[in-house]
Amino acid sequence: MASVETVAMQSEARAPDGKKGARAFALRFFSGDEIARALVTISAALILLVTVLLVYELWINSHLAREKFGWHFLVTQVWDPNAGQFGALAFMYGTVITSLLALLIAVPLGVGAAIFLSELAPPKLSNALTFCIELLAAVPSVIYGLLGVFVLMPMIKQYLHPLLKGSLGWTPFFSGPFYGPSVLVAGIVLALMILPFIVSVSRQVLLAVPNDQREGALALGATKWESTWKVVVPFAQRGIYGSVFLALARSLGETMAVTMVIGNTPQIKASLFAPGYSIASVIANEFTEATYDLYVNSLIELGLVLFALTIIINGLARLLVSSTAKFSVSST
Amino acid sequence: MTAPMEADERTPDARTPRPAAPVADPSARAAQIADAAPPANLAAASIPSAAELFGPGVGEKMRASNLNFFYGKSQALHGISIRIPTNHVTAFIGPSGCGKSTFLRTLNRMCDTVKGTRVEGEVRLDGEDVFSLDVTSVRRRVGMVFQRSNPFPKSIFDNVAYGLRVNGGLSRAEVAERVERSLVRSALWDEVKHKLHESAYGLSGGQQQRLCIARALAVDPEVLLLDEPCSALDPISTSKIEELLLTLADSCTIVIVTHNMQQAARVSDYTGFFLMGKLVEYDKTEQIFQAPRRKETEDYVTGRFG
Amino acid sequence: MSEATRLRSRHMVNNVMLGLTGVFTVIIAGALLFILGYLFINGARNLDWAFFTQLPKPTGETGGGMANAIVGSAKILGMATLIGVPIGFLGGVYLAEYGNKSFAFAVRYLTDLLNGVPSIVIGIFAFTLVVLKAKHFSAFAGGMALGLMMIPISVRSTEEFLRAVPNGLREGALALGTPKWRALATVVIPAAKDGIITGIMLNLARVAGETAPLLFTSLNNQFWSPGVNKPTSTLPVMIYTYALSPYDDWHRQAWAAGFVLLMLILTINVSARMILSRSRYSGAR
Repeated sequence: MASVETVAMQSEARAPDGKKGARAFALRFFSGDEIARALVTISAALILLVTVLLVYELWINSHLAREKFGWHFLVTQVWDPNAGQFGALAFMYGTVITSLLALLIAVPLGVGAAIFLSELAPPKLSNALTFCIELLAAVPSVIYGLLGVFVLMPMIKQYLHPLLKGSLGWTPFFSGPFYGPSVLVAGIVLALMILPFIVSVSRQVLLAVPNDQREGALALGATKWESTWKVVVPFAQRGIYGSVFLALARSLGETMAVTMVIGNTPQIKASLFAPGYSIASVIANEFTEATYDLYVNSLIELGLVLFALTIIINGLARLLVSSTAKFSVSST
Repeated sequence: MTAPMEADERTPDARTPRPAAPVADPSARAAQIADAAPPANLAAASIPSAAELFGPGVGEKMRASNLNFFYGKSQALHGISIRIPTNHVTAFIGPSGCGKSTFLRTLNRMCDTVKGTRVEGEVRLDGEDVFSLDVTSVRRRVGMVFQRSNPFPKSIFDNVAYGLRVNGGLSRAEVAERVERSLVRSALWDEVKHKLHESAYGLSGGQQQRLCIARALAVDPEVLLLDEPCSALDPISTSKIEELLLTLADSCTIVIVTHNMQQAARVSDYTGFFLMGKLVEYDKTEQIFQAPRRKETEDYVTGRFG
Repeated sequence: MSEATRLRSRHMVNNVMLGLTGVFTVIIAGALLFILGYLFINGARNLDWAFFTQLPKPTGETGGGMANAIVGSAKILGMATLIGVPIGFLGGVYLAEYGNKSFAFAVRYLTDLLNGVPSIVIGIFAFTLVVLKAKHFSAFAGGMALGLMMIPISVRSTEEFLRAVPNGLREGALALGTPKWRALATVVIPAAKDGIITGIMLNLARVAGETAPLLFTSLNNQFWSPGVNKPTSTLPVMIYTYALSPYDDWHRQAWAAGFVLLMLILTINVSARMILSRSRYSGAR
């Protein structure tokens, strides 16, 4: 009788999904819904698994080095495969110094260009230029390396080096001989590589600043520059920091271009004219030549260090950018 | 559920011994009323019984009993109990956010598609609980047209044929024939017959909405739910759709949500007034607009509110 | 300072700074235009028919080409697409259409994390996963490395473009009594098709130039490498090897290879963007 059923039904708060019993499940299963759900859920789980497995493999396959050197790995500078002595410091220094140098060059240029593209340039010009600059983000790093070796390095040697030596040669940063492959060239090549990211993301966050902010400042008698620098840029600050961190993460992990121009010498020198070595470069150069397990393990531990470094920076970048502007597929 | 209720819904003749309550005596009617309405729910107390409301010869197509609906922790519907008459037009009116659209979406379980929602109570379609039926069969029997026309990015023909093809079992010729019939029923055939295979996005807003009606009609639904179908349309398109609803009601039970009181008055046989998640009053449309029993209804239909 | 001079200096700052941003833009655009132009001219000049048809010549001899590297790159990219795109696509469908709160959050978070992993580290991962176990370098290992790199962007672009499909289309299909998976397969995914294809193309263009993860997975090869189990030559690795060699002829070939690789990547990239710009629901962009 319906009345009995009614009472039962009403006391039972249902999930709207209507999950009730085997019969309903079978119905949905044969209509394909459960198969589809299982398929996509398994794929999603697989992505989780792959990421966890990546960390696991790095961890397990670096255990010899971790056991032998412990935390000393991170603070010693000796890298001597013949003696079985491995320390990461020189590579960490090379990675960090080239990336910082790249930021030093790229951030003012990139943010300046982003301001021009979002605040000043007519939309058509801005879009066309942005399109070109974003295309440059697609140029593979090995091609930047090729250009670095054959175009930039000779140009820097011929023009920039004498200039820097002449004006700033008295500082430790620009002293000593310059042969070509060096921290300086690596920093400049990296700067070129991260510029498109900084320009494109910064422009996006600047464009996302509501127009009333600009109008508000202009209405108070601010000049265009004052309204941009004191109102619009601070408004978009977090997003711009985000773009910088994103670029930093990318340059820390950058391998080919750096390997081709940095000189591959594990040393810590104040002079930017001196060659150096980065974490990614040493892995790229020595991985296939590593002849014994401790050597391989040490290289993989370097990979682990690089992984940790970029994950932290990337996390910060996303935290900053996601709160102000939406990411686009092509610029991440 | 009370025994008299059961009798009411099947055979209008076998009513309760009590005579139909006079209009002036709401308290007597309250006793007869709907099964689930708890005494505290004043809203339900002013709704006439099916027999009284529909008169002889009109069956009950759908019924909701004491329906509560929750978005997360906030309750959007409070104890809605209502009967929808077969092959008539029923309209729901009320201010924005009063729950009329939410309620409409429980009738074909479109509410399921929103995460974090919960339904209590029951909705019956020809006496069967829609929440225990297969959801796809419920939606096939209870079609829906939305506020914003939503043709698929396909040709006009493929749009109308979509439901037929999903359900399968028809030959190409049968599909073509059903598509034509649906377009004729939705009064769109003459306008589109020469461009059936062009994109549906080439149609005007009003045509797109009628295409959506045709698409819903193609699978021969028993009930057609319309959620403010004319709110984005111009007056001419609106009047076309209103005419269409009147003709469709011969063969189909229609429930329309509208914020436009004139529209409800023009097209519907029965009208329910929703306010803050409650069904305040439900009666014949003339009754609601000319002699509403509740103060809130009167305020609303006379424009003193919202 | 008088009001007038202050005003004048403010205007001067205004003009100088705004001018500077324009100059910066010109510097960037100019530098980039210059290096690309250099690559185009130098690359095209050194490109000949033999590049596409011949194997590399032994060390020191001039002439020869990179036919094996072209085929090798195509093979590895094909494998990468087969590995990365289906998982990424289905994972994206999960996030956009099925995801429940905590699990979807974890998937999204780790996808972002995977996206940020440097490519050389992905190379190490593929090395431990495939090369270490099979005990030899192989095209498959390279395909695996690039495939892993394709997953995160597949996921996020699929999710993004599915989310851009108006909910009305889902409701319209479901309201006709369509099972959810059929509504997805016949209405929602087709509506997002352009965007999803664009995502796959941009993704492919991105990994096509990857070198680091291939250095110790697919390695290199001076000869043809049939099947997927042998060390295999690829264009990016050839560019790297040849650029750092001491031979002028190899440098010329490196330029030619760089030109071919870049043309390929830019073509995919530009056509993907064109597809997207005429697409109806184009997501964020």
